Amino acid sequence: MFYRETGVLKTTYAKDMELFPIPLDKAGFVVVMVLAFFVIPLVSSHYMLVSIFIPFLVFSLAALGLNILTGYAGQLSLGHAGFMAVGAYATVVMYNRYDVPIPVALLGSGLITAAVGSVFGLPSLRIKGFYLAVSTLAAQLIIEWVITHVKWISGGVYSTIDIRALEFMGWQIDTAAEKYQFALIFVVIMAFFAKNVVRSRIGRAWMSIRDMDVASEIIGISQFKYKMLAFAVSSFYAGVAGGLLVAFYYGSANIEEFHLLVSFQILGMVIIGGMGSVLGSFLGAGFIVLLPIFINLTISFVNHRIVDLSKVFTLDLIANVENMIFGALIIFFLAVEPFGLARLWNTIKDYLRLWPFPY
Amino acid sequence: MPDGVGRPLLKVNNVYVSFGALQALLGVSLEIYPGEIFAIIGPNGAGKTTLINVISGVYHPSPGEVFFEGKERTFMPPHHVAALGIARTFQNVALFKGMTTLDNLMVGRHLQMRSGLFASGVYWGWGQKEEIAHRKVVEDVIDFLEIEAIRKAPAGMLPYGLQKRVELGRALAAEPKLLLLDEPMAGMNLEEKEDIARFILDANEERGTTICLIEHDMGVVMDISDRILVLDYGRKIAEGAPEEIRSNPEVIKAYLGAHGKK
Ligand SMILES: Nc1ncnc2c1ncn2[C@@H]1O[C@H](COP(=O)(O)OP(=O)(O)OP(=O)(O)O)[C@@H](O)[C@H]1O
Ligand SMILES: [Mg+2]
Repeated sequence: MFYRETGVLKTTYAKDMELFPIPLDKAGFVVVMVLAFFVIPLVSSHYMLVSIFIPFLVFSLAALGLNILTGYAGQLSLGHAGFMAVGAYATVVMYNRYDVPIPVALLGSGLITAAVGSVFGLPSLRIKGFYLAVSTLAAQLIIEWVITHVKWISGGVYSTIDIRALEFMGWQIDTAAEKYQFALIFVVIMAFFAKNVVRSRIGRAWMSIRDMDVASEIIGISQFKYKMLAFAVSSFYAGVAGGLLVAFYYGSANIEEFHLLVSFQILGMVIIGGMGSVLGSFLGAGFIVLLPIFINLTISFVNHRIVDLSKVFTLDLIANVENMIFGALIIFFLAVEPFGLARLWNTIKDYLRLWPFPY
Repeated sequence: MPDGVGRPLLKVNNVYVSFGALQALLGVSLEIYPGEIFAIIGPNGAGKTTLINVISGVYHPSPGEVFFEGKERTFMPPHHVAALGIARTFQNVALFKGMTTLDNLMVGRHLQMRSGLFASGVYWGWGQKEEIAHRKVVEDVIDFLEIEAIRKAPAGMLPYGLQKRVELGRALAAEPKLLLLDEPMAGMNLEEKEDIARFILDANEERGTTICLIEHDMGVVMDISDRILVLDYGRKIAEGAPEEIRSNPEVIKAYLGAHGKK
C-alpha cells in the first residue's frame, strides 16, 4: 500500500471533505491513537509520563486554544497563561470545595475562562495587532493580580492550593499512566472538535476576519460576534488546559506557574508549530516541551564527555541557553517558515502524495 | 423591463458624502429595477466607489437615504446589508488570501448556512449535511466560472485575473438579489474581459441577478448595460440607455474635459 492520493478517486463531496481523505492517513491515525492510549502508558517510565507526555498533552491543548485565536481568527493574545490560571484555580476551587466531579469541574472551568476571555477580547473590536497585544498583556497582569489578592480564590499562603486526591466515579486516578490517559481523552476530544470547527462554517468566518476584515463584514459576518466567539472558544481551551495542568501535572494551583513568560511560550509553540494548523499546535508544544530536556541532556553530555562547560562559560550563560535558543527559533520561524513545522510536514506529505508521478 | 417599470429594487435618494473638505457625492439619486444591468461610469475620482460603498453600508450618507425593496436601510451596518441580499466585489481585489478558492466561495455562503459552534464541532450529522448541501451550490458556481482547476489553490497564489474571477464567484455564491461590481475587468486583457462580460450577462439572465456595475471600458459598458448613470465630481450628470449616454454632450465634455479620460 502506498501513501498517495493518485488512484484514490473521490466520487462524492462527502468523501472529498473527509478528515482523512487518504486511506493510509486513516490507518496512520488509528495506529497513533492505539499507541497513545495503550502502548505509551504501558511502556513509558514514570519520568517519561510525568515530565514529557503529560505536559506535552496539556500544552498542546493550550497552544491549540491560542492557535484558534491567533492562527485562525487573526487576533493576538499575550494573556493566555493568565487564562490558564483562571481555569486552574476554578478547577481546584470547584473540585476541592464543592465536590464537583473532575470532568465537570474541568469543563466548568473552561466556561468560566471563556467568559473572562470574552471580556478581555472586547477591545479587539476597536484595536488590532500591536495595540491588541498590549491590551491582552493587561489581561495577564490583571488576572495575576486578582488571583493573588482575592483570598477566596487563591486560599492559603503564596497563592497555592493543593488539589485533593483525584477520583472520578470510584476510579482513583493516582498513577502517572492513569493521569496521562485521563488527560489524553480530554485532549483528543477537544482536538477533534477544534479540527471540525475550523474546517467548517465558523472556522471559515474566523479565517475571513484574519485575511480581510472589510470583505468579511461585507459578506455578512458580524465582526463582533465572531471575534467574541474566537476569544471565548480560545479561552475555553486555555481554561481546560489550566485545569488539567494543576489536576494532572503540578498537583496544585500556583500562580507562579502562569506568569507572562508562559504566555510567550504558548505563543512560541503556535509560531514554531504553525499558525492556523491544529496539528501544528501539537508539534509546537512537543517541540517546546522537549527543548529544555534536550538542551540539558546535551549540556550534561558535553560536561561529562568533552569539556567542563562551567570552566568555559559562566553559569548564567548556561542557564539562559534555553531562552536564547527559544528566541532564536521564534525569529527563525517567523522569518523563514511562518507556517511552522506543520508546513514542513505537509511538504513531505505532498511530495509523497503524488509520488511517483509528481505532475 | 427597466426605466421606471414596477417597483425599484434599490433606491438611493439625494445622497451626500464628504471626506473632510472633500465632497465625494453631492445629492446623487438613482433607482435600480429588478433584473436590469445598471452601470455607473465617470472619470477617476468621480465618486463611483463611494456610491457603491454607500449602497453596501460601508459609508453612511449625510444627508441622504437608501431604500432596498421599499424599506429604508440608510444606516445599516454592512453585515446587515448583506443579509438583505446585497453582495459586492472590490476595486482592489479583497480575497481571503490564505484560504482556498473553494473556501473563499464557501464563505460567500455564510449567511445561507446555519451551523453554530456545536453543529460545526461535532460535524457528523447536521453539520456535515449542511456542508455538503452548500458545497454543491458552490461547485455550481465554480463550474459556471470555469475555475475547477484552481478549486484547492490558495487564493493569494492565483494570478490577478483569476483572483478577480474568484472574487466574483464569492459574491455569486451568496445568490444575491443585487450584485455590486466595482471594476470587475480592471487590468484584464481583451480575452479575460470577454469572459467576465459573458459571466455577468449569464448571471443576469440565467440566475436572474440584478447587477450594478462600475466599469471604465466604454465598449463593454455600452454592450452589456440596460441603463447607465454618469457621475462627475460627485454629481450625477446623466442617466439613461447606452445610446442616449453616448451622444450626451455633458458626458462627452466630462470625459474629454480637464481630468482626461481612462
Ligand atoms: N476614505 C476616503 N477618505 C478620503 N477621501 C476619499 C475616501 N474615499 C474616497 N475619497 C475621495 O473621494 C473621491 C471619490 O472617490 P471614489 O473612490 O469614489 O472615486 P471613483 O469614482 O471610484 O474613482 P476611480 O475611478 O479612480 O475608482 C476621490 O477624490 C477620493 O480621493
Ligand atoms: Mg473606484
